[in-house]
Amino acid sequence: MAEPITDEIRVVSGSSSLGLGFHEDSLNRALALKPHFIGCDGGSSDPGPTYLGRGLSSSPYSAIKRDLRLLVLGGQKNGIPVMVGSCGTAGGAPHLDRVLGALKEIVQEEKLNLKVALIHSEQDKEYLKEKYRAGKIRELGNAPPFDEDIIDRSERIVGCSGAEPFQKALEMGADVVLAGRASDTAIFASFPTLKGFPAGPSWHAAKILECGAASVKQRKTPDCMFAWIREDHFDVAPLDPDLACSPQSIASHSLYENNDPFEIKEIPGTVDLTEASYEALDERSVRVRGSRFIPAETYTVKLEGSEMAGYQAITPGSIRDPYIIEVYDEWLARLKDKIKIRLDMVYGDSLKEGKDYSLNYKTYGRDGTMGPLEPVKDYNTHEYLMMFEVTAKTQKLANDISEIYHHQALHLPIAKWNGLISGVAFPYSPSYFERGAIYRFNVHHTVVPDDPLEMFPIELVELS
Amino acid sequence: MAKLGDLAKLVRSKNAGPFYLTFDVMFDDPAVYERVKNANVLSRAFVAERYGLSENEVMFFYVDNALAVKASIPRPIIQGDVGETDSYGGQQFAPLLDIEIP
Repeated sequence: MAEPITDEIRVVSGSSSLGLGFHEDSLNRALALKPHFIGCDGGSSDPGPTYLGRGLSSSPYSAIKRDLRLLVLGGQKNGIPVMVGSCGTAGGAPHLDRVLGALKEIVQEEKLNLKVALIHSEQDKEYLKEKYRAGKIRELGNAPPFDEDIIDRSERIVGCSGAEPFQKALEMGADVVLAGRASDTAIFASFPTLKGFPAGPSWHAAKILECGAASVKQRKTPDCMFAWIREDHFDVAPLDPDLACSPQSIASHSLYENNDPFEIKEIPGTVDLTEASYEALDERSVRVRGSRFIPAETYTVKLEGSEMAGYQAITPGSIRDPYIIEVYDEWLARLKDKIKIRLDMVYGDSLKEGKDYSLNYKTYGRDGTMGPLEPVKDYNTHEYLMMFEVTAKTQKLANDISEIYHHQALHLPIAKWNGLISGVAFPYSPSYFERGAIYRFNVHHTVVPDDPLEMFPIELVELS
Repeated sequence: MAKLGDLAKLVRSKNAGPFYLTFDVMFDDPAVYERVKNANVLSRAFVAERYGLSENEVMFFYVDNALAVKASIPRPIIQGDVGETDSYGGQQFAPLLDIEIP
């Protein structure tokens, strides 16, 4: 059994995301340091809206299972709980199911007996509509419009759970907690704050831990990270002896994927880092003092939602003819016109651009990477890649428009050459790729719940 | 004069959630960081100009204990929406590299 808690909470973070991996040796070193619990983030909105919409995970099932097996066996060996948040990337019902499926197989294969708490994060649409009508849904910065229609159109909406559901699951005696979408930091801050440790160091340490060993000086691969959380400070160190943290590497982690480097906004409040100081304890570990916590006036839960944007097909094609490259702007404008004319010829009034389909032309070698943000207008290259992208109401229509595009682009004449030319190199036949249904994020809002637990039902299951 | 790209140990961009893009310019020498900070050419106004925004759309910070300059801007489109060019936002920093630091 774990030792009683006195003056510090020791915690190991498995990896930056369950399924991205860590060294087994690193975990074993961490277990020798007698952590009170193991935490691991399991997802993010970063891979994009289609993961949430389609129920996909951005790590292979086998990779998730590999990481989960080692963490669960480690937890069992030391008699400590294992908590995973944002299971299966997006933390919706299919994502949580996938990780639970892996856990069930592990339990059978390893002959374990586990009490497992499942924290459900996918939101009931009627609940959200009630909250909307009651004025309890608030807009975050740069948010798209929101109404009941958006709720209906969403494939799924998840809430980002705070620390309370994890704390409840621990109080229910769970050996393993698998949560749907959860605030990355809540996984790690739940335990120390439950045990009465102050919010400042607990939430700041959580912010470092949720990315695993990402805050080391020179990152090699994702790996475990260890923290000691105490009354007025916390210490962090990587487990792999080849990795090292420095005061600068830890301080600069507050910049990563965060708008404001001095304020880390969490559900129960803001971690204020303006007074934080970072001190090297040795060559590899860092002590952090002065992390302050400012409680929020209102407890709010962030929503993430995703709706279908249509079906896509993309066609890559490159241009090497210097005379087309010389007149590319004019060539592309003519191509767009030709496609319009041809679509009109084939479909007439039955199709409307913007409603039934939309077209997008990306030219690599010009502004393919930055689009409208690209300040360079002086192109000087011998080759372009054009990525033609159709988004349409059916996959069949996206494919058909792609075929029309490839004929029009291939033979579009230029003034320099007389006769039939083939001006685009299509590397693949058929020239287009089906992308299937694609989704868009449609919510950047928070809910004011009556109770921190009401949006996150907890289910306790016994696996053996 | 030296280019920012030559002085920094790391210049990067990344999503800060699906609605914002954030830029980190990091140094490993406090003297170089102070030089960049005092020169004040890598500024809110410069970031706004490079990304075609007004200054009030740009968040801009000096982070002394990290030896870093940071800026955040709204994403031109929501991450992953139709027309996306950079899902993780990782390749949007290049326009910052050429600025000359006295």
